[in-house]
Amino acid sequence: MQVTDDRINAIDIRNAVKRYGDFTALKTISLSIRDNEFFTLLGPSGCGKTTLLRMIAGFEDVTEGEIFLFGDEIEKLPPNRRPINTVFQNYALFPMMTILDNVAFGLEMKGESKAAARKRAGEMLELVQLSQFSSRKPSQLSGGQQQRVALARALAPSPKVLLLDEPLSALDLKLRQAMRFELKELQRETGITFIFVTHDQEEALTMSDRIAVMSAGELQQLGDARDIYERPSNMFVADFIGETNLLEVEVDAVEAGRAQVHLGGGHQLSVDAVEGVGKGAKVHMSVRPERLYLSEGAEGPESLAGTVRANMFVGTDIQTLLDLDGGVQISVRSSNSERGNKRVFEPGQIAHINMEQGAARLLAD
Amino acid sequence: MAGGAASGGSARTDTYREARHWLLLPSWVVLIFLILIPVLMMLVYSFLTKEFRGGVIWEFSLDAYDQFFFNRGLFGDEPPSIEWTYITIFWRSIWQAGAATILSLVIGFPTAYFIATRPEKVRPMWVFLITIPYWVNLLIRTVSMKFVLRDQGPLNDFLLWTGLIDSPLHIVNTNFAVQLGLFYSYLPFMVLPIYASVERYNFALSEAASDLYAGKWVTLRRILLPAVKPGVIAGCILVFVPSLGSFLAPDLLGGAKNFMIGSLIEEQFKGNAGNWPFGAAASMILLSMVLIILIVFARQQARAEKGGA
Repeated sequence: MQVTDDRINAIDIRNAVKRYGDFTALKTISLSIRDNEFFTLLGPSGCGKTTLLRMIAGFEDVTEGEIFLFGDEIEKLPPNRRPINTVFQNYALFPMMTILDNVAFGLEMKGESKAAARKRAGEMLELVQLSQFSSRKPSQLSGGQQQRVALARALAPSPKVLLLDEPLSALDLKLRQAMRFELKELQRETGITFIFVTHDQEEALTMSDRIAVMSAGELQQLGDARDIYERPSNMFVADFIGETNLLEVEVDAVEAGRAQVHLGGGHQLSVDAVEGVGKGAKVHMSVRPERLYLSEGAEGPESLAGTVRANMFVGTDIQTLLDLDGGVQISVRSSNSERGNKRVFEPGQIAHINMEQGAARLLAD
Repeated sequence: MAGGAASGGSARTDTYREARHWLLLPSWVVLIFLILIPVLMMLVYSFLTKEFRGGVIWEFSLDAYDQFFFNRGLFGDEPPSIEWTYITIFWRSIWQAGAATILSLVIGFPTAYFIATRPEKVRPMWVFLITIPYWVNLLIRTVSMKFVLRDQGPLNDFLLWTGLIDSPLHIVNTNFAVQLGLFYSYLPFMVLPIYASVERYNFALSEAASDLYAGKWVTLRRILLPAVKPGVIAGCILVFVPSLGSFLAPDLLGGAKNFMIGSLIEEQFKGNAGNWPFGAAASMILLSMVLIILIVFARQQARAEKGGA
């Protein structure tokens, strides 16, 4: 126990490395997950997020490094001796057992009497509103119902940490969206630390207290949803999360926390400076399309003129693609509402692109 | 599906239906000519009178069955008492076949599991390796086994050399030798169906069990075994049934004391000393016994499944 910190982390991963022969799946990851946190590992497939989750669960050995659960070292324990439960991607419900027996299984294995285990399993099924299905087999349930059984089964033994491996990916869109709120609610109600693995950024952004963005076996950025969306630390994060304009710029001067940059076509802009990007640097700048707006005349100093190439109707938004001098292309999103949709420019028209305060972000790499 | 097609009522569905009959023809030929007719012939022969140099006289008689179950003395004039000779042989056969099946299961299951858990690319090679010995004729394999197991054979030489034993083990001409022979004869029939079910098994279920605090043994017993049960049952039937009627291993490895039904039946059809109706009757009794065992097994299976639901 660390005396200096009265809030012990639920999970502490220290310099964890995972190698399969010559292939390094995880390159020295250190990560702390706080108690009672909804934590998400986000990244494209093959980024190592599932490997990391399986190392926490105990299904994969840790090649190097340590994992602590509330201060106890666990990386050498087999899965059945870690008070951590998992909701599997395709649920992995036991096909020959009833729903009730599935949920009671973990409790029984923990040494509870059959009667006590079944009673508690019944309560868990009530919690996920599946009591009426308790005597059915998993194959007789819909995907969404199976998903909730998997949740009930993993939560029944009251784990210290719950791991969720892309649990929503097999559901259809509507159900997936509804389940996001249910999961978040469940996490709040139970107070259990959730570690959620997904490749779906929207899932990550809507549910998580904090997100770890991973790519190629490395941690790219750690922060809450706003940090990651609005202050991406590198090209990968900016590009992977949401939609963005990645513009090549050259830094002309850095002064008092502001950087003077110019685009390919010579357009001058003043943006917030970031560490590691100095004068003369050729870097990328990320600007979210929804933080830009169009007007007939220039509004403010950070305004660029461009020719409208096309409009796309996205439902909630209208997306406008514009060509700037020097072959630069910028996409702008305006909300499809009376207030947001001030004016629609037709292809061929000249429009001014205006930037909200702090919309542009320089990226170190 | 068939209903939907029929309601279409087009010429095409009729063509399909006609084609279906023709496509099923090979199965019917096999069933009728290779299974149904031989079994019926056997049934008829078992109720005929024996000819002394083999063959039958076309005269109805219950002698074969009578001889199997009852003893009427040397001249057939004493009051009938139960004839234990053949019943004992049958009982020994069931016992031997059962022991061989259990031996195959104990060795075959881990083998199948091992193969099924290898990387996908090398699995066919392992399956191939398992079948290699079976490219050699069964008779030659069984004779070779006798040479390996005999008192001055390589097995005993090796055991003596290691100092594990002081004098050679007498394996040949024991029940155990027969069980070993049967086990070796039919092992792939145990391994292959189990391998097929383990390969289809979703190993995430084992992970889930382990995640839910189950140890290895409980996971095997409560999760893996129920999931691969169809393969285990198929394997047991495929080893038990041919073992029951086998005569090579008992003849060559068991000696006269360890006579099994297969040998009894074989003798009835060999040379001039045979008794065809008796052999046919013994075959029919063997056949009904296997059927009864299978039916009881299937019933119990169905009941267990119902109880679990």
